[in-house]
Amino acid sequence: MHFDFTDEQNMVRDGISRLIREQYDWDTRRKVVESDSGWRPELWAQLAELGMLAAPFPEEDGGFGGATEAMIIMEEFGKGLAVEPFIPTVVCAGGALKHGGSAAQREEYIGGIISGEMVFAFAYAEPRGRYDLANLETTAKADGGDYVLNGHKAVVIGAPWATHLVVTARTSGGQTDRDGVSVFVVAKDAQGVSTRDYATVDGRRASEVYFENVKVSGDALIGDADNGLPLIEKVVDEATAAVCAEAVGAMKVTNETTLDYSRQRKQFGVPIGSFQVLQHRMADMLMEYEQSVSMCYLATIKLDEDDATRKKNVSAAKVRIGQAGRFIGQSAIQTHGGMGMTDELAVGSYFKRLSIIEGEFGSVDHHMRRHIALTAG
Amino acid sequence: MNLEFTEEEKAFRAEVREFIDNNYPENIGTRGVQDEMSREDMLAWHKILGKKGWSVPAWPKEYGGTDWTPTQRYIWSEENARKNAVMPLPFGVAMVGPVIYTFGNDEQKAEHLPGIRSGDVWWCQGYSEPGAGSDLASLKTTAVRDGDDYIINGQKTWTTLAQHADWGFFLCRTDPDAPKPQMGISFILVDMNTPGIEVRPIKLIDGGHEVNEVWLTDVRVPATNLIGEENKGWTYAKFLLAHERSGIAGVARSKRGVEQLKEIAKAEMLDGKPLIEDMGFATKISQLEIDLSALEITELRTLAGEQAGKGPGPESSLLKVKGTEIQQRLTELTLEAVGHYGAPDFRSFPDDGSNDFPIGPDYAHHAAPTYFNMRKTSIYGGSNEIQRNIITKMILGL
Repeated sequence: MHFDFTDEQNMVRDGISRLIREQYDWDTRRKVVESDSGWRPELWAQLAELGMLAAPFPEEDGGFGGATEAMIIMEEFGKGLAVEPFIPTVVCAGGALKHGGSAAQREEYIGGIISGEMVFAFAYAEPRGRYDLANLETTAKADGGDYVLNGHKAVVIGAPWATHLVVTARTSGGQTDRDGVSVFVVAKDAQGVSTRDYATVDGRRASEVYFENVKVSGDALIGDADNGLPLIEKVVDEATAAVCAEAVGAMKVTNETTLDYSRQRKQFGVPIGSFQVLQHRMADMLMEYEQSVSMCYLATIKLDEDDATRKKNVSAAKVRIGQAGRFIGQSAIQTHGGMGMTDELAVGSYFKRLSIIEGEFGSVDHHMRRHIALTAG
Repeated sequence: MNLEFTEEEKAFRAEVREFIDNNYPENIGTRGVQDEMSREDMLAWHKILGKKGWSVPAWPKEYGGTDWTPTQRYIWSEENARKNAVMPLPFGVAMVGPVIYTFGNDEQKAEHLPGIRSGDVWWCQGYSEPGAGSDLASLKTTAVRDGDDYIINGQKTWTTLAQHADWGFFLCRTDPDAPKPQMGISFILVDMNTPGIEVRPIKLIDGGHEVNEVWLTDVRVPATNLIGEENKGWTYAKFLLAHERSGIAGVARSKRGVEQLKEIAKAEMLDGKPLIEDMGFATKISQLEIDLSALEITELRTLAGEQAGKGPGPESSLLKVKGTEIQQRLTELTLEAVGHYGAPDFRSFPDDGSNDFPIGPDYAHHAAPTYFNMRKTSIYGGSNEIQRNIITKMILGL
């Protein structure tokens, strides 16, 4: 039992943290977020060069790690509120390919991810499906050896930057059946794919993605037809753990910023940090953060265990971190007073990102229900 | 990162489990409603462990400790919780013992440590006073030097289980003129049979007699009972409080409590279905279980740090706050779960020897008293507000 990182993991941490610190200062991020493209392809190339995009893949796919490396990278992303699509590309699409892909798919697509040439978005959510991964109106009909996709995917994060999509679609069964879900890789420029692009409230870019008679070959199917749900559940759990790590990084900076502000800001002739009511709130923020770190570790460590153990611990982490993120974000704004309401300070952006993370890959209520289903028996 | 136990740790778990299963005295009660248990029952497991050499695992080996790693001690507490074991009381083992072997002289060590290890000597803690709770340093009990003795006068309160105590460790003011209140306090060991000591029971809201007032009137104790230096007692007292807080998270015991709560929620019915199937109640249980998971990993992180040579620091305040919140929540939910049968007072049940018409299920009898009793946890050992002050000062640096 230990919580140490390997030398290699420490090198990943050092590398990514230096990159974020040196190249992702607050003003730079603001300019990037407000730019036309909304991200930094040149930073993505640097991530590839540093090996960060390879970090969570096994050696046979050209990588050198797994979930812990993804956790470390996303924690540092969270500290800088980096918007680049590491989770959609590396964790979601990369995860689907590494767990379900054929040798040929892995070579082509994981190779493309690691080199930085291919950027993926993960088109799994639908307007009426909420957090149920099996609730799909998007269909893929077999047509000879091909499939024809029709449907509408909601809030596909990073899609405006993507070259490829990993898409879930129903190949058989009723709208919410566990069986009949299949997973495809689709080039974004394929005939019949269209998008409406927009910004998100937390500084990222996303799209509504529409499929109209999009024809893909049988080679586009990841894993077995009709049996894609277990694969997608695993991938989404890995993504949930990764976004938990991002939240932990964001919470850390939010707490530090708030503590710092409480030392600077004077009222009644003294720093507001000398008021016990604010001190105790900040002590609570610290405790919420530490509990979140613990849950982030726990979820990451349990990702490779059996399905029930993995789901239970990931859900426990997402519940705890969702709650902690809300408390810390709201407390940070409150402690900053009117300044916390302005668009001028970084703290507002941390609050917004934490607020949106709360609903990503399942809300507190969703994960609470899943935890109950797995533990109340 | 790795949560696996090593082969040696697994073997250790098997060894202690076997020892506990073979040696734990089955005929003693469970603590929680403490005055139900006799002094002998409360000491029974302590004495068995004393003979085995396992009663003071955290002490240095030279004083009778075990050399167990923090992880092994964690396993030890888990295995005891599994049995719902009545563990050695903390006053000797976790509080005064470490003070004596750290700050005491050779005579004091020789006189007192064996009795603490064996469970033959019962200790109590003379810290709080009616006017000195969270502001402990304002204590007024005095010890005045008179030849080879100190003469102690004053009143202590909240003295847990002092009705059974053979010895007590007392904070007394020896220099009323010290520039700061903390600087005039001494740490003195007192034989509770000394003339002038009166122990008066305080009845608590759970109906039990767990704590006492201790009145000291011209109590004459040998000056050789002073620990360390005169007027340095505050240093030893703070050392002790930090020791008291580590292990206060009570994770293993709370885990067992959650299992018991689930059993109750499966047995109780709501709308014709087990209570545990009600989303509202199930959500409360899951929340508790999730919070407990977080606390467990936080404690393991602290233990891992300790194993790497970092002493228990201010993060023990976090363990105290979160641990006691969970312990309290557990007792709240247990009382909620038992429904109507939370109300009957088991102390008033007819003592007619009949089991034919039991008053509610057994698991309900202690639900309310335990809930009432556990409110103490966020007050004792430095209230949870004081813990937040410590976090503010020591971690946030404000």
